[in-house]
Amino acid sequence: MINQPNDMMFRVFIRLIAIIVVTFSIYLFFSGHNAPGGGFIGGLMTAIAILVMYLVFGTKTMNAALPFNYPYMMSIGLLVAAGTGIISVAFGYPYLKQFFDYFQIPIFGEVELTTALIFDLGVYLLVVGSAMTFILSIVEDDS
Amino acid sequence: MEIVMSAVIGLIFAVAIYLMLSRNIIRVLIGTLMLSHSVHLILLTMSGLQRGAPPLLFLEAGAYSDPLPQALILTAIVINFGVTAFVSVLVYRTYKEHKTADLYDLRGAKDE
Amino acid sequence: MTILHLAVLAPFLFAILVPFLFKYFRKVHTGWFVLFVPLILFIYFLSYISVTSDGQAVMQRMEWVPSLGINFDLYVDGLSLLFALLITGIGTLVILYSIFYLAGKEERLNHFYVYIMLFMGAMLGVVLSDNIIVLYVFWEITSISSSLLISYWYAKKASVYGAQKSMYITVFGGLSMLGGFSLLYVMAETFSIREMIGNADLILNHDLFLAAMILVLLGAFTKSAQFPFHIWLPDAMEAPTPVSAYLHSATMVKAGIYLVARLTPVFAGGAEWFWIITAAGIFTMAWGAISAVRQKDLKAILAFSTVSQLGMIMSLLGAGSAAFYYMDGDNALYTTAILAAVFHLINHATFKGSLFMVAGIIDHETGTRDIRKLGGLMTIMPITATISVIGLAAMAGLPPFNGFLSKELFFTGITNVAQYDMWNGDTIGMLLPVIAWIASIFTFAYSAIIFFRTFRGKFKPDMLPVKEVHEAPAGLLISPIVLVAAVLMISFFPNILAYSIIEPAMMSILPGILGEGSNFYVDIYHWHGINLELMMTLGAVIIGTIIYVTMNKWSKLGIYQNEQDIMTTVYDNGYDALIKGSQVLTRIQMTGMLRDYIVYMVIFIVLIMFYTMFRFEGFQISMENASEIGIFMYLILAALVITIMLLPRVNNRMTAIILAGFVGFLVAFIFTVFRAPDLALTQLMVETVSVILFMAVFYHLPNLTKDNIAPLTKAINIVVAGSAGLMVALVSMSAFTYGQTTPFDAISEYFIENSVELAGGYNMVNVVLVDFRGLDTMLELLVLGIAALGAISMIKLKVKEDDDV
Repeated sequence: MINQPNDMMFRVFIRLIAIIVVTFSIYLFFSGHNAPGGGFIGGLMTAIAILVMYLVFGTKTMNAALPFNYPYMMSIGLLVAAGTGIISVAFGYPYLKQFFDYFQIPIFGEVELTTALIFDLGVYLLVVGSAMTFILSIVEDDS
Repeated sequence: MEIVMSAVIGLIFAVAIYLMLSRNIIRVLIGTLMLSHSVHLILLTMSGLQRGAPPLLFLEAGAYSDPLPQALILTAIVINFGVTAFVSVLVYRTYKEHKTADLYDLRGAKDE
Repeated sequence: MTILHLAVLAPFLFAILVPFLFKYFRKVHTGWFVLFVPLILFIYFLSYISVTSDGQAVMQRMEWVPSLGINFDLYVDGLSLLFALLITGIGTLVILYSIFYLAGKEERLNHFYVYIMLFMGAMLGVVLSDNIIVLYVFWEITSISSSLLISYWYAKKASVYGAQKSMYITVFGGLSMLGGFSLLYVMAETFSIREMIGNADLILNHDLFLAAMILVLLGAFTKSAQFPFHIWLPDAMEAPTPVSAYLHSATMVKAGIYLVARLTPVFAGGAEWFWIITAAGIFTMAWGAISAVRQKDLKAILAFSTVSQLGMIMSLLGAGSAAFYYMDGDNALYTTAILAAVFHLINHATFKGSLFMVAGIIDHETGTRDIRKLGGLMTIMPITATISVIGLAAMAGLPPFNGFLSKELFFTGITNVAQYDMWNGDTIGMLLPVIAWIASIFTFAYSAIIFFRTFRGKFKPDMLPVKEVHEAPAGLLISPIVLVAAVLMISFFPNILAYSIIEPAMMSILPGILGEGSNFYVDIYHWHGINLELMMTLGAVIIGTIIYVTMNKWSKLGIYQNEQDIMTTVYDNGYDALIKGSQVLTRIQMTGMLRDYIVYMVIFIVLIMFYTMFRFEGFQISMENASEIGIFMYLILAALVITIMLLPRVNNRMTAIILAGFVGFLVAFIFTVFRAPDLALTQLMVETVSVILFMAVFYHLPNLTKDNIAPLTKAINIVVAGSAGLMVALVSMSAFTYGQTTPFDAISEYFIENSVELAGGYNMVNVVLVDFRGLDTMLELLVLGIAALGAISMIKLKVKEDDDV
């Protein structure tokens, strides 16, 4: 895409920024159940971080650096989301019934773990996958 | 506030439809985007604006704004993203295939 | 589920086996397996004779959709048993015949026998169902299987044409009938025919009576090929001959007769029923007979003859319905017509079945059915000739054959109408015997044509496709011989079926008009003395002979040369006009321009919305309870308005993207102000990704140019867009006002109370998404996934140069 040779500062800083954005997106993802955030927002923000790097480094470099198959990521996300529902069916509950409990974990203290988080992980993966698929399908089209 | 909001929403809607009636495929694309903005705002306005705290229970407010329309809008935004992205790719592909962005030129042959 | 139910379903179940039998037992003709089904069923139904001949009936119930009153109830009485025996009896003979008729290695027997079994089961269902909805379902299956059988040799254009024609006409009738049945349900509040007969008074005096009657009769008339719907039957002759003999002469076309007979107790008693059926029947009889004389194809003659004979039975049922007016079952003045109808129904099945099979034999052995090419087959095919002499004599109504007996009864029944002292029976009713007499003249004439043109005259071997013409194999001859034996049996012992079949059938057509314990007494005999009926027969024979003898003279006329039915011309032109009309309509509306389609949609939505809102007084706007507005909100909204107004004027793609993005960010800002942090975040993210996406897309697209739109179109666009905007604004205001003025419990309370307790989450929006409404989110993911996959395939799909996109 846009690939200019003399932008040293830009290239250095964009890595830093991307790391911060990804970290923040992971925070948003985890905090989703109790504060603003969640799979959709986290996923979109991660996608933005990756896209920004694509803008700066170009598709060739990025494809080598992050060799994800985004359509696969999408389908894995869908499977994960659908899978959590099937687990509850296996235990005789309605499809997509979610469970939660509080656990004591070293370092973090009391932590709430929910199956909804796994469902949200599916959402996250699908959103990243589909956002990247849309844009890369156009960018990588060589016709 | 709701009345003023409704008027603005009506304006956005009208412009969106107007854009969708254009000859240029790019304007149609932007029109669909504007259309979805206005729909999201309608959903928000219908439920009443600025009533109670954000729907976050740890704030322990006396009243919360209605979470259900917000969940609906959130779904709508994401679906709309999918649709917009799909239409964008469609526009791109159409242009690559036919070398024109003018919808009048894109119409099929008369006898079809 | 009883044995009776199983009997109806047996052909369907066996149909599943047919393809396997065809595939794994190629050495044995599939027909031999199939033969057992109708044979066993025939024997099974024979056992019911002992029940029905006492005037009793059997009802077997099975629930299907009990909540709607639709049950698979089967009812066996004299009438349904008569038909069940016809279906299985003729069915056995026809399948036996088909084994030899379709002996070629190339025949797709698996298809053929599946369709035949489908038809047999459906037809049994039609005549045995007590529930009209079940009857309707079976009725349509007979139409479908008939169509499939007509198009059995689908490579022939005429087959497909005939199949389509029969499908359109009979399905049109079937749907009308469904409408009639629905009206019957509205009137009688039951789907059961038994209960309807019980509530006949309720139906007779209802406003919807006439409408229901006409709709049901449309179904019966289309199926039984009454004028003007008879045109499908001659074209149905493209089917293999066993099918013509079975469906299109003996059973399916009699479904309409059955329906009329079955519903006589419900509808009869009024002048409308009497006149519509009698008039349609008698006219069809004359039309069919006269048209038959013009045909050159053996099967076409037989087809029009069938049309004519069906009309005759129909008119008898109409004439006999007067018995309900007089409620006098013992007086033969009114019941003779019904007797004649039932008797002729049986006779017609026997002689017409054998004649169709003969036509098939001739086609099979000589390769043609054209009477202009045939001739002199008497000495070459003596057995076939004998069979057809008997069949044709019965059809022409010559003594002593059974056709003569039923024709005499027919004349009696139809002349009796003149003695009815109501419904203009003594004035217009006088016409009926005249038309009937004319029809029987032509019946005699075409019977003569079939015999003399096929079996007498000069043998013309050079005109026949087959070189060596000889007598048909024994297998082909068995079935017509059995049928002709039945003809002779009934001819010489006409009362053989009187007690066991005819009387019970009359009982079920005319229930409740006999005194307690009494029976219809049927005694059919040949010699009535020299009376009007005999004179009519004599006259028909004499004039018919004259017509045949002078054939060489009148056959040069144009009306003979052009054998196409007027109604077929009407049908063809109507069909073409329909297709052309729809094409014109489509072309006017389908302009191929996105703009026009959007205009249609928007106008329609706006109109329907305004109409509904005004109709139910939905517009209400009040400023009460409206929330406070801060000065910064005015600023945001002003920015939004300015940006939005600029958008249509922009002629630069980069500016357009930036403005569109700006609108998105302003919307996100509005979300923040109105306490929706999740929405604001999502909107921001989506907007960012969208802008990147647009950059990628627009990079490849040409720059925006000023739209070159005609001023009028532009004005229309502005009006359409403006009205849509106005509608949305008004609806939004009204919705808000309504929510304020009409308090109701918001369902959100449930989420607020249970979010932490049930789902352990403090962010209600997220909890709703992933927990309470998880399935919705799941489907949303699916949509997103499908859209992404669609995008990939759109890009990866490379269209070749010459392909149309």
